[in-house]
Amino acid sequence: MSYFLQQLINGLQLGFVYALIALGYTMVYGIVRLINFAHGDVFMVGAYLGFYALALYHLPFPLAILFAMAGCAILGISIEKLAYRPLRNAPRISALITAIGVSLFLEYFSSLKFVFGPNYLAYPRPFEVCTYQIGSVCISNIQILVFGVSIVLLVFLQFIVQKTKTGMAMRAVSYDKDTAKLMGINVDYIISVTFGIGSALAGAGGVLYGIAYPQIHPFMGIMPGLKAFVAAVLGGIGSIPGAMIGALIMGVVETLCSAYISSTMRDAFAFSILIIVLLVKPAGILGKKEIEKV
Amino acid sequence: MNAESKKRIFSNRKFFALAIIIAIFIIITASISLGLLNPYWNQIIQFACIITISALGLNLIYGYTGQFSLGHAAFYGIGAYCSALITKTFHGLGALSFIIGLVTAIILVAVIAFLIGLPILRLKSDYLGIATLGFGIIVKVLFDNADAVIPALGGSRGMLGIPKFTIFPLTYLIFVISIIVIRNFVFSDIGRSCISIREDDIAADCVGVNTTKYKTIGFVFGSIFAGIAGVLYAHLYSFLHPSNFDFLKSIDVLLIVVLGGLGSISGTIIAAIVWTFLLEGLRVVLPPQILDWRLVIYPLVLIIIMLIKPMGIGSGMEFGFIKPEERKSSKQNVKQL
Repeated sequence: MSYFLQQLINGLQLGFVYALIALGYTMVYGIVRLINFAHGDVFMVGAYLGFYALALYHLPFPLAILFAMAGCAILGISIEKLAYRPLRNAPRISALITAIGVSLFLEYFSSLKFVFGPNYLAYPRPFEVCTYQIGSVCISNIQILVFGVSIVLLVFLQFIVQKTKTGMAMRAVSYDKDTAKLMGINVDYIISVTFGIGSALAGAGGVLYGIAYPQIHPFMGIMPGLKAFVAAVLGGIGSIPGAMIGALIMGVVETLCSAYISSTMRDAFAFSILIIVLLVKPAGILGKKEIEKV
Repeated sequence: MNAESKKRIFSNRKFFALAIIIAIFIIITASISLGLLNPYWNQIIQFACIITISALGLNLIYGYTGQFSLGHAAFYGIGAYCSALITKTFHGLGALSFIIGLVTAIILVAVIAFLIGLPILRLKSDYLGIATLGFGIIVKVLFDNADAVIPALGGSRGMLGIPKFTIFPLTYLIFVISIIVIRNFVFSDIGRSCISIREDDIAADCVGVNTTKYKTIGFVFGSIFAGIAGVLYAHLYSFLHPSNFDFLKSIDVLLIVVLGGLGSISGTIIAAIVWTFLLEGLRVVLPPQILDWRLVIYPLVLIIIMLIKPMGIGSGMEFGFIKPEERKSSKQNVKQL
């Protein structure tokens, strides 16, 4: 039983990192209906920015995470401006393929020697790791940090989306882009803000991932990116609480699968969940069903 | 051009195409036997043919039927592993084992594509892409763990000692046959139904096209070509590894199809050959210091082409001999109208 609880905590740790990535997917998809394949690579860039901030410039942890978030926000906005905006009215598949192109570009460009380099790097830890015994389970200060930072960011995001004027505009644009434009909302600006916030969250996720699983390399973004997307679909794409729930489920299922079945099979399980969800409830747990129009 | 000369060109077209096919075959075979092409380039040429066959299959699924599939490498891998296992088991039978392997691989791929396609093809665009991507990753994980069930498959250590059967004449023969079969498929009734689904599946459904049936036919048929390409691949390199069939390999084929032009057989053939030789050519041409740039350049090319021509370069274009012959009378009627 305590083993199960321990794995549950480890699963939640992974789930919170997925949640930070999944929110970017779900916000972008909710607004421009685009699977931003490059999002996983923005996450990777975030991890590297955090690495440089911590290892080379010896910034304290809060500054490092803010540095990574700012860098990723700029990267996300630039990707949107350069690659996706010209395709706003093109077939959706062209935008999707461009996203794949951006993703491959970021991966291979990052693995060039003068950028990040192709090697695995060990992530620095900003403080000593210690574990606390609570009842029969152990919880490390890194896990507490991951939970804490994620929850703060999620609350902050929920505040922006629900309480601020920009958040209201985001909701309006995701509901109906054309009408929002008629109401005087600057749709291009709102889309940029969405990409910026989503990418900043992915950047924070990258730093937390680096600290929790201390090894980074230029292709590290592919699998967490895809799984976070699965999480967003699982929760109902376009829904922020849905992405949270989906990500926590994914993290827990993956960890329990590694613990009880086989760690090499865990990717197969994650994607089996995806296929089953798509077939049974294509709109996800908290998603709204859309009616197909001719 | 008067009507008489036009008619002569149409009737000569097939002979012209046949002459080109034979000429290319003779030139390449002669260069190989004279030693002008070293075994490395011989292998690259065959690889170009193999990737073309696979890409033609994906073009059938995506370019003609409009079903976005990101799991093409899974069928490529299933074909490769299935055939490799059979030829390794029955290696005493010689070339016959290859034929058994090829046929079994085709049947296995068709059955799996059917079983997967039937439920999954209900999904639309992005969601279908994600589901097929998931399928591709599941299959890759199964290859990684395959040695737990069948030790000969090698699992994550890779499969060794596959008999070499793929020689240039065989690859070329299958390459030509694939082009002919796909061309005839596309211009048949089934092909036209598939194209109508691509244009608008709800409208196609309304005019009485059984969309589920034709989507599945297109998907199974396209996947079979991936399987055939996999069989050739396994017996060309005689070594298989699960990472040869991962997500990125599906993307490679997708890039070829998209760059060549959706719904264009000629475009796919040219793009596949140019792409293979560009990647290999850059390896030879570029100095070693900037060799890594090879893989940076090609996503950039992809993005730029998508921004300029969202449907691909050769979309809708075909070589003359691939297009169906138009009947003269019907064309005149159109003119009169």
